Amino acid sequence: MSRITLESKPSDGVRELLRHLLDKGKVSAVLAPRRLDDEGSLDLGFITDRSELDSIDPFAPVMIANTAQVLSMITPSSSKIAVVLKPCELRGFVERVKREQGTLDNILTISCTCGGVFPLQKAVDGITGGMTANYYSDLSSEKIHAEIRETCKACEHFIPINSDVTVSLVGEKDLDENCQIYLNSKSASELLEGLGGEIDKKEYDPAISAGLMKKRLAEKERLFNSVFPGKGGIDAVIEIFGKCVGCHGCSRVCPICYCVSCDFESMNFDSDIAYYEKELSQKGALRLPPDTMLFHIGRMIHMSFSCVGCGLCSDVCPADIPVASVFKRTGDKTASIFDYIPGRDLEEAIPVMVFKEEEFSRFVDE
Amino acid sequence: MSEWQPKILAILCNWCSYAGADLAGVSRMQYPPNVRVVRIPCSGRVDPLMILKGLQSGFDGVLVSGCHPGDCHYISGNFVARRRFAVLKPLLEFVGVEPDRVQFSWISAGEGERFAQVVTKVTEDIRKIGPAKRLVKGA
Ligand code: SF4
Ligand code: SF4
Ligand code: FES
Repeated sequence: MSRITLESKPSDGVRELLRHLLDKGKVSAVLAPRRLDDEGSLDLGFITDRSELDSIDPFAPVMIANTAQVLSMITPSSSKIAVVLKPCELRGFVERVKREQGTLDNILTISCTCGGVFPLQKAVDGITGGMTANYYSDLSSEKIHAEIRETCKACEHFIPINSDVTVSLVGEKDLDENCQIYLNSKSASELLEGLGGEIDKKEYDPAISAGLMKKRLAEKERLFNSVFPGKGGIDAVIEIFGKCVGCHGCSRVCPICYCVSCDFESMNFDSDIAYYEKELSQKGALRLPPDTMLFHIGRMIHMSFSCVGCGLCSDVCPADIPVASVFKRTGDKTASIFDYIPGRDLEEAIPVMVFKEEEFSRFVDE
Repeated sequence: MSEWQPKILAILCNWCSYAGADLAGVSRMQYPPNVRVVRIPCSGRVDPLMILKGLQSGFDGVLVSGCHPGDCHYISGNFVARRRFAVLKPLLEFVGVEPDRVQFSWISAGEGERFAQVVTKVTEDIRKIGPAKRLVKGA
């Protein structure tokens, strides 16, 4: 496919690109992170008015909401929409589309090689503003920024998979006056015709960000070895999730947990006093609310193989449980059984929805 | 005090394994009295969560059994079930549940003797592992 080089900061370049799309009527709307003040307040803006584009901060290093979830609200769309999103949000949306929770038709996806995002709390406190200078120089030198989230530090999928447009940030030496935009699909080439800049026939070369990849993989190994305290096993699980207050916030923000009526919030998990009395007569003491542990292990069973490691579950947990680290690790394990990478390919079926007649005999006594 | 006896939840598909258990019964075959049977329409109906819920509510082990490959009354329920078990097994290890506590097997309606053998083996396996630890802090 092809590459456009603009002589501007990448964020200016993307705003220019979005302006082109809106002005030329190539898209009817834009969905992208938007700055609300100079300190660090952000939201996810859904925009048709071109004057609003000035406040778009396409690479704001925070995840204000999961764009994958939001895309389910606004698709199918009758007209074209340009969406600026992180690589993991794109993979999350692909997983949702597989579950019939939206469609990529009429969506132009614009993503970047991603340096990770800061914990949501930092944005809520309004302090990401001061950190971003450092953030961009770390992108250039392929460093892992010290303040980004645990799961971002350990994320090896920072190069967008199957985005229409990829803006190259990681490893780019001149982020002050140079914006490299890779067009990966036919629709991207068509829509961005006439944008200007220098055009050549280059595809994204992972060598540009190989240095960061090495560091991320090392960090992933470190995280995976440390996420379960002690010797692991049941005591570690209890230590991690023992603080859970049972708010289910982690599943509410998860791009994969799409069920409107979650099993864990259904009557299946409602018990009456007679049940508790019976339990108490056997055990003498109970922990309430019940089933917090079962909720997490159950969620691992239901969706871990599709976890894209977006980190939002850790971001929202009021008890500061590293939910995303645990799910990234267990998900890595359950997905690898099926050689599955969540969000890699729309055509790749969800592992538990398909089967082969001859497989996994080791799990069954035949 | 009497010796500890493992309590085992057996989730059996109606068309094959439950009939197999029935055959073992009417043929007066001997097998350990440790299993509590739950009949389900098909092994494909088993959400692994049921297995965990079983362990959580005090069972020491769980046996899930369905029709042999190719014999499922609903054609492919047992294949789908096998995929879910493939997800469950490594997760059980992660959370520290001994792998042998949860077992799957195919048993047909004619295999009364096999049913008795499987139950005997599962009971012995779980007796060796010992009582299940609760998934709850301090309980
Ligand atoms: S967000 Fe935290 S406290 Fe709430 S259910 Fe999830 S792990 Fe538990
Ligand atoms: S489990 Fe957590 S990290 Fe994984 S996709 Fe869901 S919200 Fe993101
Ligand atoms: S009917 Fe027995 S496994 Fe499906």
